[in-house]
Amino acid sequence: MNVTIVDYNSGNISSVINSFKEVAKDKVNIEVTSDLMKIKSSDKVVLPGQGSFKSCVDALNSISGLVESLSDFTTINKKPLLGICVGLQMFADVGYEETETKGLGWISGKVSKIDNQNGNYKLPHIGWNQINIVKDSKIFEGVKNNSHMYFVHSYEFIPEDKNVISATTDYSSNIVCSVEKENIFGTQFHPEKSDKIGLKIIDNFINL
Amino acid sequence: MLKNRIIPCLDVKNGRVVKGINFVDLQDAGDPVEQAKFYSEGGADEICFLDITASNENRDTIYDIVDKTSKKCFVPLTVGGGVRTVEDINKLLNCGADKVSINTAAVQNPEVVIQSSKKFGSQCIVVAIDAKRNSDKWEIFTHGGRNYTGINALEFAKKMEDNGAGELLVTSMDRDGTQVGYDIELMSGISSIVNIPVIASGGVGNLDHLVDGIKLGNASAVLAASIFHYGKYSVKEAKEYLDSKGIPVRI
Repeated sequence: MNVTIVDYNSGNISSVINSFKEVAKDKVNIEVTSDLMKIKSSDKVVLPGQGSFKSCVDALNSISGLVESLSDFTTINKKPLLGICVGLQMFADVGYEETETKGLGWISGKVSKIDNQNGNYKLPHIGWNQINIVKDSKIFEGVKNNSHMYFVHSYEFIPEDKNVISATTDYSSNIVCSVEKENIFGTQFHPEKSDKIGLKIIDNFINL
Repeated sequence: MLKNRIIPCLDVKNGRVVKGINFVDLQDAGDPVEQAKFYSEGGADEICFLDITASNENRDTIYDIVDKTSKKCFVPLTVGGGVRTVEDINKLLNCGADKVSINTAAVQNPEVVIQSSKKFGSQCIVVAIDAKRNSDKWEIFTHGGRNYTGINALEFAKKMEDNGAGELLVTSMDRDGTQVGYDIELMSGISSIVNIPVIASGGVGNLDHLVDGIKLGNASAVLAASIFHYGKYSVKEAKEYLDSKGIPVRI
């Protein structure tokens, strides 16, 4: 099996690569590339993302044919894709970081700044927070409700259809921190930095 | 609920941990990779490496260490010390650091913070502020505390937030190494004027100091070195103590 981590200059993806390689060991081949052919022929794709919504969307668009290939992969071929952090946020129709920016539109919704309630909540939301699992998701198999995950973000994904939400976390309000829509998965937190329980989520995704 | 973080900090010189003696479980107690793994398995919420290598020739050793650590350690890794340019930050991130802490360069060249936070995102840019009390205010020092700047620490903290820092690592130079506790007024002063998380550092001698840093200093995270290195307390003991004092921690 091949799992491809999309390398599109979205900032630091070393930790994502290291964690997937740690989990995959020799069983699964982890490819790190922006090569369209390799992505198309892959069994699963991981879409990381750091920095701003706009910078990540711009970086995706700067590689000719990449967005189309990813869209084909997820919406036509229905193969599993995991978005992490801004990788998840880009599933939305639109994001409002820096400036209004069109997203991939795979899951209807928007990405807005977390309401810090007049400075009562520090932003970015950095650190370990518990997740509230609201629906059975395949990537949460063996993951207990209220497990701690590592977060670092200032913006939140607000999907229109609440049925896609698989987990939330409490910071200022109930923030969506995990989604599952058919073959499309996403986590706002960083499983690659969430210790053993985070690696379990990665393992679950690899074994889908 | 967001938990307060406990961050053990390792001083690394020429590729070896400088402090730390009581790690009987480790084959090589001076190996930063082994110590980082030891701490993360013990429940550390984050690991911090401070590179205190004096000569430029040995700078590259930190990249190798970060690379090895990030392959073994799956909690956030912050690296600081000797970071001068956007390219230095890029190299550390590529080796697997999750955040980079900038001290002297943030004072000398604000563009480094502005550009790097734009390029890599605020989430990985930590500005380290070394401050010393001067009558009723605090002033910034650079070059590992050797150079006086006269810059007001609170004003500088606000400016760094505006420049794109995602976190501030605040060290009291008066307290560092004294084990008498954090400078609470400095921590709470900075924490109250910025909206980004503050990590308290400098002066921890016992577990009540960690409690004070969070409760009185309003720090989001507490960083400590010697209380962990010399085996006085384990990270687990620290967390259990904070929990018993009503502070939310990841256990």
